Amino acid sequence: MNIFKLSVKNLFYRPLSSLLSLLLLALGVSMISLLMLINSVVQDQMNNNLKGIDMVVGAKGSPLQLILSSVYHVDSPTGNISLMEARSIEKNPMVGNSVPLLYGDNYEGFRIVGTNKKFIELYNLSIENGSFWDNEFEVVVGKKIATKLNLKVGDTFVTSHGLRETGEAHTDTPFTVVGITNFSNSVADQLILTSAESVWGVHGDHTHDDEEHGHDDDKEITAMLIKFNSPMNVIKFPRYINENTNLQSAVPSYEISRLFKLFGFGIETINLLAYLIIIVSGISIFITLFNSMKERKYDMALIRTLGGSRLQLSSMLVYEALVLTISGFILGIILSRLGLAFISSLMESSFNYSLNSYGILNNEFWLLAISIFIGLIACLIPSIQVYKMDISKTLSNE
Amino acid sequence: MIKTESLKFSYDGKKYFNFPDINLDSGENLLIIGNSGIGKTTLLHLLAGILKPGSGSISISGLDISKFSDTELDKFRGDNIGIVFQKPHFISSLTINENLKLAQYLSPSKISGDAKKILESLNIKDKYQQKPNQLSEGEKQRASIALALINYPSLILADEPTSSLDDFNCNNVIKLLKKQAKDHKAQLIVITHDARLKKHFKNNLNL
Repeated sequence: MNIFKLSVKNLFYRPLSSLLSLLLLALGVSMISLLMLINSVVQDQMNNNLKGIDMVVGAKGSPLQLILSSVYHVDSPTGNISLMEARSIEKNPMVGNSVPLLYGDNYEGFRIVGTNKKFIELYNLSIENGSFWDNEFEVVVGKKIATKLNLKVGDTFVTSHGLRETGEAHTDTPFTVVGITNFSNSVADQLILTSAESVWGVHGDHTHDDEEHGHDDDKEITAMLIKFNSPMNVIKFPRYINENTNLQSAVPSYEISRLFKLFGFGIETINLLAYLIIIVSGISIFITLFNSMKERKYDMALIRTLGGSRLQLSSMLVYEALVLTISGFILGIILSRLGLAFISSLMESSFNYSLNSYGILNNEFWLLAISIFIGLIACLIPSIQVYKMDISKTLSNE
Repeated sequence: MIKTESLKFSYDGKKYFNFPDINLDSGENLLIIGNSGIGKTTLLHLLAGILKPGSGSISISGLDISKFSDTELDKFRGDNIGIVFQKPHFISSLTINENLKLAQYLSPSKISGDAKKILESLNIKDKYQQKPNQLSEGEKQRASIALALINYPSLILADEPTSSLDDFNCNNVIKLLKKQAKDHKAQLIVITHDARLKKHFKNNLNL
């Protein structure tokens, strides 16, 4: 038996009020930590997927939609643009690198993207098994999809039209899996990649027995990802496209910061609320300790008569507060991970996106420090009172 | 050996309690008897080192505890003094055994007794794992005696241990206290207004 054990026993002796303080703190901590987690995961994912993309060109519409559909592959595309126009932009001297994207089909809800080998360079993809595509109707499957749908090299599948599973099936043009990529922690993990020609092929322009080139007049692509030669061009070129062509250009970093600003207000409010809950939990710990002091004054006087010092008595209350706050913090951290897993599973089913990051963030150490601070503040007055307690008076009041 | 000299105490600086000198050789017990409001509990607290005297000296086993600091008093009390309260007190969140273990912890320098043996000698060995509020009043009183004895104190102070008991139980408790004090080689000082106890003590002190 020692003072720390005594504190723990005391907490268990008042299970309901201890539980209330514990749950309040855990709730506050889990809300803040969940927000921090989502923020860090989303920003990580968003930034990781933005690497090497200065601008996106696509059909007119919402610029945010264009970014979401062609960089993050979550929204529907704004429409198609003609390959001719895309080629003319590609030739512009300000453009350093360009990657075409062509949508049309999906397999089990996963998007099939027609593109070229530059896509592979852009996302720095490598092959775990098999090879990249060489011919039409050969696909490379993202690691996450391969695991989820249990696809292996050599498997064939039939795609359905559109971006949802319910589309009409293209039974006459099956695709063959020729490769599976390594995990890249980018959006490419949840995409099925193939050549642009394959997508055109599925949708009926089977004309490649004539000429392969010079037949691009009526061909379309969905969007083009562009990297500039010089970062300065990001100021001039997008405006040039929006004003002088039928196309729309959008700058991902700008659109994403706009998106975060839109969310920002809500996130701030929840954050504030969570800090408020933590403070309320501190007050609850204070009230619990303060009330228990009245109930326990004889217990405390007894500890002194048995030889316990003032300091030992005060430290008993400090331990009680700290055990509550630290275990509340740990519970909160566990809850936030469960919350993240839940949100991740929701996102996975609706967007094929998952958020996996269960490590401890640096900011969470701050949260721990705040929790401990709240606990210390809560037990400050009770422990000072106990320190100054007149045991003679307490004992003669029996 | 317990000795007090011209002990004075005041709560408010106006009304002073003057206590008669006590001179008790080792192995002797003492009954301090007096009516309510005369300073019985105050004297017990002075002897226990819970209160510090306004003037005068208290010497227990040759040490003048009136000169001790608060921390020294806490330590001295834990090591040398066992108190049996009128109403038994325990740490309510701990079992009887854990209460005894805590008493041992709070007085680490002292070689203390075996909790089970003490409870056995008080006939409440089977209450070992129970919480204080599960015990009957009589069992609580015996358990509180165990708590006072666990660290082999040289002095046992009992504050009105019999005032709420009938004659039969009064006899039992005082005999038990005397026997336990003897077995543990401790001196017993009982402070009470209960005149029934006079016949049990050679040394009486009227306040």
